[in-house]
Amino acid sequence: MGGYTIKRLIAFCSGSLFGVGLLLSGMTDTSKVQGWLDFFGNWDPTLAFVMGGAMIPMFLAWRVSKGRKPIYAENFPAEPQSNINRDLILGSALFGVGWGLAGLCPGPAIASLIFGGSQSALFVLAMLLGMRLTPQIRSQISSSSAT
Amino acid sequence: METDWIMGLVGGLMIGLAASLYLLGNGRIMGASGIIGGLVDKSEWSSAADRIVFLIGLMLAPSIFIFIFDFEADTKATTNVIILILAGLLVGFGTRLANGCTSGHGVCGISRLSIRGIASTIFYISAGAVTVALLRNLWGAIQ
Repeated sequence: MGGYTIKRLIAFCSGSLFGVGLLLSGMTDTSKVQGWLDFFGNWDPTLAFVMGGAMIPMFLAWRVSKGRKPIYAENFPAEPQSNINRDLILGSALFGVGWGLAGLCPGPAIASLIFGGSQSALFVLAMLLGMRLTPQIRSQISSSSAT
Repeated sequence: METDWIMGLVGGLMIGLAASLYLLGNGRIMGASGIIGGLVDKSEWSSAADRIVFLIGLMLAPSIFIFIFDFEADTKATTNVIILILAGLLVGFGTRLANGCTSGHGVCGISRLSIRGIASTIFYISAGAVTVALLRNLWGAIQ
């Protein structure tokens, strides 16, 4: 198998594992997500365990990556800039509002596309449209705030 | 349910392993919004095949799992069309503007101790919490 084939196999396995993990953990259940966000009401702590569980392997993976190269790529993603800018704050806040409204974020929305019926389909369509329009809207915000 | 936190932890570990595999194998950050967004706006067309294959796995595997193990799955999502569309637009636009979502900024960013990942997570969780509080108390829209 060539490197490209193996890369695709890794991508497929990773996506599959991610999907089943989201399903088992309850991330595709909007009532659990909204229950976790309900800090001022009947708070459901499950998602803290999901986040915590996901951090453990990833924390180790980042450690392992130090001073090494990925198996099937040239280099690891560059250390991100540390600046917290307007796009990060505004984007994260708007995302949070949408997440709270429907209880779905991008990964679980795709993971539930087949079993989630018309609700998941509609949400994903709107999400794709939002993503598609982002470059245009972003340049509009930038030009209007520059003047 | 008492077993919810165990399932959360097990599922979370699987999510973390998936992200580790993607990072150590392909040298990429497993961020759902970035993987989808790079296809939607064609900004990262060179790696389109890997992204598509990732998304196919993400879409198929849970349903195959449900079928094989007779797993009970229900998103319990609202049937309110306006809320679904508005939420989808906000999630799509917001995650692309912020350059990450729960998986990219949350799982991959925080575990790397990235300031941007930590800040983003604080902002989206806070905004989500306020939104849920308003939904429950003002509109009574969700149970």
